Amino acid sequence: MNTRLYLAKLIDVLLPVLAMLIALVVGVLLLLLLGTDPIEAYSALIQGALGNVSGITQTLTKATPLLLVGLGICIAFRGGVINIGGEGQIVVGALAATAFGVGFSSLPALILLPLTLVSGAAAGLIWGGIPGLLKARLGVNEILTTVMMNQIALRLMNFLLRGPMLDPEHVAAGTSIPQSAALPESIWLPRLVPRTLFHSGAILAVLLALAVYFLLWRTTIGYRIRAVGLNPNASRYAGIPVPKYVTLSLALSGMLCGLAGAVEVMGVHHRMLEGLSGGYGFSGIVAALFGKLHPLGAIPASALFGALLVGADKMQRAVQVPSALAIALQGLVVLFVVSSDLYVRRRTRRRVGDDGSDEPLVVEGEKREESTEE
Amino acid sequence: MFDELFTISTLIGILHSCVRLATPYLFASLGETFGQRSGVLNLGVDGIMLMGAFFAFYVVFEGHNLWVGVLAAIAIGVMMGLLKAFVSVTMQSLQGISGIGLYLFGLGLSSLLFKTLIGSVEGVSGFRQLAIPFLSDIPGLGHILFNHNALVYLAYLMVPVSWFVINRTTLGLKIRAVGHNPEAADTLGVSVNGVRYTTMMIGGALAAVAGASLSIGLQNVFQENMTNGLGFIAVALVYFGSWRTIGVLGGSLLFSLVNALQLWVQALAIPVPSEIAVMMPYIMTIVVLAFTARQIQKPAALARSYERGE
Repeated sequence: MNTRLYLAKLIDVLLPVLAMLIALVVGVLLLLLLGTDPIEAYSALIQGALGNVSGITQTLTKATPLLLVGLGICIAFRGGVINIGGEGQIVVGALAATAFGVGFSSLPALILLPLTLVSGAAAGLIWGGIPGLLKARLGVNEILTTVMMNQIALRLMNFLLRGPMLDPEHVAAGTSIPQSAALPESIWLPRLVPRTLFHSGAILAVLLALAVYFLLWRTTIGYRIRAVGLNPNASRYAGIPVPKYVTLSLALSGMLCGLAGAVEVMGVHHRMLEGLSGGYGFSGIVAALFGKLHPLGAIPASALFGALLVGADKMQRAVQVPSALAIALQGLVVLFVVSSDLYVRRRTRRRVGDDGSDEPLVVEGEKREESTEE
Repeated sequence: MFDELFTISTLIGILHSCVRLATPYLFASLGETFGQRSGVLNLGVDGIMLMGAFFAFYVVFEGHNLWVGVLAAIAIGVMMGLLKAFVSVTMQSLQGISGIGLYLFGLGLSSLLFKTLIGSVEGVSGFRQLAIPFLSDIPGLGHILFNHNALVYLAYLMVPVSWFVINRTTLGLKIRAVGHNPEAADTLGVSVNGVRYTTMMIGGALAAVAGASLSIGLQNVFQENMTNGLGFIAVALVYFGSWRTIGVLGGSLLFSLVNALQLWVQALAIPVPSEIAVMMPYIMTIVVLAFTARQIQKPAALARSYERGE
């Protein structure tokens, strides 16, 4: 690899960081406009997220579902499909894990724990697989179906948490907080740091990041997913069953989001409650984009956005700057990152055939969907 | 107990609510139709709606005229549309994802502004019922159709107006050309980017008015994330309606009918698991999309950014 290419790679990695910096600068302007002290706000944010053990463990706890969702988003993007359905997939994953964990609580923990995780993953797989199948077989736009599936999942949750899954103790006590019964303590994910929420789901997520990397770049299935994502027509001519791999990308993506839901239930809340998905379905997209749609890049990216979310909450409490700032900043990061893709793409085009590296050509995603050009 | 649902006065009430509640869907999805017909998919409608809802509310809350509120919403909507156009058209970014960015930006910023500038949930007196003389006296039908506030009438007026602009004007011809074959349109001297910037501004303005119709027309209150994903539904309604204004009208009425039924079922305390019932329009939308995806003629260049050849 020559110096020029090395430099180009370096710029690729630095672009998201630059995007983050620009977003933070815009955030400063917003805060100034609103008459708050940006230095005070940002230092409260950083202090809250990283200033002490409690902040750091909370950051890593938030990073865990972000990483799992981000991994799912990576697979979908690499397969040339867009999964906006993370929120819904998290919800059904959490619902299924709770139902299974509570329903079969008499099973020994050694069996119950993995099966509870699997049931969450399976629910997500189905929730993502349906849009996948509809896209693959009938050409239905997956963005729309995943959005619809989100709404259906939310309503399903509202129904189940107010009826069939409502905590019997709450019913008996006459309170009506819409939440489920607690999981048996034996299948709570072990804490990594005592007296904090930081749990072993984080280790699972990092291991899965390695597994997804291996899947995408070291197996035939992963190669085909990426081939279909890069050029479905060429893949078809090469004999790859494109519909199958489109379905698979979305199903695997949904599976990881479903698992994120299960891990949140088993590691943090120990029961199903409203608001559990917490916007992770969207924040995970941001983290995945920030990590250049690479499973290993998603690890530091999810830690960064975990810190942003935790820090914003702390900032709200310490200096009364609303935590919603973090959501606006995430939006700006997305806008800047996708805009900077233009630069990457132009350069990639200039040196087509230059090297065989795996540029994130996914930026061409929607072009591929309906056109045969290129 | 179901008898109550089927009395004449209840039915009239449900249909009245249905007509009324279609307002935000109509504004937002008609706006989205302009964008998609020109080949730009704007998935950030929900974020624009929230910004429009907030600004309209804030202006009225500060004691200004309701129409000034609507104008404020339009102004912010145009700006959000320009932002979307810059990212999608000039920077040629992946449209689905840049829409998510715009959504998060609008969601976060509207909450931030709300908490900083207002702080708690407050009410305003929004647009009043404006019964149309004579027409509103028609028994039944009069109340259903002609006893609404100004924004509701405006939403329905936008249906033929949008149809006319898209199908019978030069701008509309350009929009359709750019959405169908940008290369050919460019060759004929149509500014592809110019047209797409225009449709993004129109779409942004309409989405913001959709938000305003909630905060100063239907609910007269602003809350964080008060749209609850309505903007995403609006995007789907454009597909649902096969990119035609009449189809969009049908889809909007379908969703608002279910909303209206749900409201009335709750009001009458009828023990129907309404959470199940409210899933139906989403499931129906998926089914309709599944049956029609291969047949309908969608804008050929939808979600495809355009770059002139060298």
